[in-house]
Amino acid sequence: MQNYFALFQLPQQFELDMAVLDAQYRKLQAEVHPDKFVNASPAERMQSMQMATLVNEAYQVLKQPTSRARYLLQLQGIATDEENNTAMPGDFLMAQMEWREAMDDARFGKDIPALDALLKEMRTQAKALQQQVANEIVAAPTQAALTVRKLRFIDKVSEDVNQLIAQLED
Amino acid sequence: MALLQISEPGLSPAPHQHKLAVGIDLGTTNSLVATVRSGMSTVLHDEHGHALLPSVVRYLQDAVIVGHEAQAAQSLDPVNTIVSVKRFMGRALHDITDRAHIPYHFVENDSSQGILEIKTRAGLKSPVEISAEILKTLKARAEKALGGELTGAVITVPAYFDDAQRQATKDAARLAGLHVLRLLNEPTAAAVAYGLDNAAEGVYVIYDLGGGTFDISILRLSKGVFEVLATNGDSALGGDDFDHRIFCWVLDQVRSKTKDFKPLSEEDTRLLLTKARQAKEWLTDNHEANIVCKLSNGALVDETLSVAQFVALTEHLVIKTLSPTRKAMRDAGLSIDEIKGVVLVGGATRMPHIRHAVQAFFEQEPLTNLDPDKVVALGAAIQANVLAGNRSGDELLLLDITPLSLGLETMGGLVEKVIPRNSTLPIARAQDFTTYKDGQTAMAIHVVQGERELVSDCRSLARFELRGIPPMAAGAARIRVTFQVDADGLLSVSAREQTNSVEANITVKPSYGLNEDQITSMLKDSFGAAESDKAARMLREAVVDAQRLIEAIQAALAEDGDTLLSADERQQIQTHIDALLALCQGTDSHAVKQASDALNHATEDFAAKRMDASVQKALAGKNLDSLEL
Repeated sequence: MQNYFALFQLPQQFELDMAVLDAQYRKLQAEVHPDKFVNASPAERMQSMQMATLVNEAYQVLKQPTSRARYLLQLQGIATDEENNTAMPGDFLMAQMEWREAMDDARFGKDIPALDALLKEMRTQAKALQQQVANEIVAAPTQAALTVRKLRFIDKVSEDVNQLIAQLED
Repeated sequence: MALLQISEPGLSPAPHQHKLAVGIDLGTTNSLVATVRSGMSTVLHDEHGHALLPSVVRYLQDAVIVGHEAQAAQSLDPVNTIVSVKRFMGRALHDITDRAHIPYHFVENDSSQGILEIKTRAGLKSPVEISAEILKTLKARAEKALGGELTGAVITVPAYFDDAQRQATKDAARLAGLHVLRLLNEPTAAAVAYGLDNAAEGVYVIYDLGGGTFDISILRLSKGVFEVLATNGDSALGGDDFDHRIFCWVLDQVRSKTKDFKPLSEEDTRLLLTKARQAKEWLTDNHEANIVCKLSNGALVDETLSVAQFVALTEHLVIKTLSPTRKAMRDAGLSIDEIKGVVLVGGATRMPHIRHAVQAFFEQEPLTNLDPDKVVALGAAIQANVLAGNRSGDELLLLDITPLSLGLETMGGLVEKVIPRNSTLPIARAQDFTTYKDGQTAMAIHVVQGERELVSDCRSLARFELRGIPPMAAGAARIRVTFQVDADGLLSVSAREQTNSVEANITVKPSYGLNEDQITSMLKDSFGAAESDKAARMLREAVVDAQRLIEAIQAALAEDGDTLLSADERQQIQTHIDALLALCQGTDSHAVKQASDALNHATEDFAAKRMDASVQKALAGKNLDSLEL
């Protein structure tokens, strides 16, 4: 299994220079993309598709903060277990309920500005958690797993809000 | 049959010879072919100087007419003159909702899962066959203009085309005898033509309203890299719908003035639709249009349509394009002020009220300095030229995405999404499933495409069964299903039981597409009657493929054979090449195919080593750059 950080020749850490990641990604795709192998043998075309697929997958994982944190923990042998472990501290549960209620209110009131405000709130929350996880991955990786689960939750709320806005706009 | 030239091993004929490659815009209303000549992308004209080939096919008893002549006959012979066939690609009969206003005799082909066919005087014709006639005409035009056989073609499709529609387009190209280098999304093609022409950098929106399809794509352009960020659209919305609104309006007017108005004949329907299209085009530069014609029952139509009336009639269609636009912007996570430019593509964007709506939405004047009818073909030609290998060391790289999410049916008719829309291609995703009954040994897998939660609201792409699951307790089996979408946006699916490693490798053919046998039989039909001709054609195709393979491998050996292979490994590959070359002199097409497969198989390790070397090279280059800085 190829290490995604090694694939892009980047240091294995949460803080990444996104401009360097983008540049490395483009350089790799410029070499391995199926468009460069249109006239090659079927064996080479297959290799190209697999490698370009891997490069895309690695890029997506490293680009998104939540998946990047999850991947860093996975490399340390720590599973974030987001599907099964839904236990959350009380204050986070309370906040969750408030966000869901705000969403429901906006749904009934068809209140798109309220949803945009909620999205902004999610971005603020996510930023704080990302800073937290950056430290935890180095200093306390087992705690980082909980923070990744929280981030995953925030991402999910953002996705749902976006979907709701799209529905209301139609 | 022409004799094939096969060079000595290691001596490819004229390696830097310019390859004849074209870009084809297979449009709903018009189609075009373009090529790069002396570094310039240019549209190829027919002998009368026409660039646009109307996408109209007329079937006579023993002949097929394509283009202007067919278009001129559409009111006289509507049943056998097929226009806008693109709307029917990859579609079943029940998908065509406005059948009442289309003068064709549709037939449901029960042998291929509801694929629709059209009854003409020359027999039943599928949309794939009809499209192939248009492609054949463009191929002939290009080969005449360029003076040789085409190496390959890039064919454009709407970005919002689903898997079935893409597959149908590829089938049509194959039927027309074209080697498809790539299926390219129309807005991406337009971005290539526009971006390279204007040395554009930044985020651009392509608003593409064609005859029958609407696409919106948002791209980031940077140093020859065209990265599609989001795409959305409506594969059943286009200029035709505007014609149709005028048609319905005229019909209402005539109806209200005529006692005992009888339903229109097929000829009259086509005549009025043509008049409606002409009125629409006239209103681009004029305040009102007169619609005057005589119907076959003697009734006279004489109506005047003002711009204001036309705008009112079609406002809802314009609004219908803005909803996908908003969604694409949201998916890309961008705000209006981050958009550097908006490029208009498609003849329908000539309508002033479309331009005004786009301008109001993006708060900037849209860019129209390239002909909206030609820009897609011009971009496709540039990509074809690069893919054919005429511009080596080129910086052009297109990173396209999936327009629609792909998923699997789960319990209760719900969709489990596996690949989300707007994922960069190529992409693969695996999803694990389990059994729900004790001792269950088979599992049905249903692949769907779309954004909705219910299977019934999505498009069904394929159904297949995974058999041979070892009997286990319910929930104990782990079946991993892998979706792979290639650079053409076409899907293949494989499934594997993890504990037993039973693999069922299935190439997913869309439910509404043609199967391999149908394609083969259509190809054979097109070869001509005599058995010997068919055999000769099969052999010729096999030898051309073998030659292409040998050329590719010899090029790879020349590049990396010395550094990546031992003398022994190299000799093994050479032995396979020699064997294949010998068979190419013979007459056994099956043996040629087998030896080609064997040669390809023998180079798999070499291919893997070369790929690793490419990855190293890509980033080593970066280190050199940073040293220079």
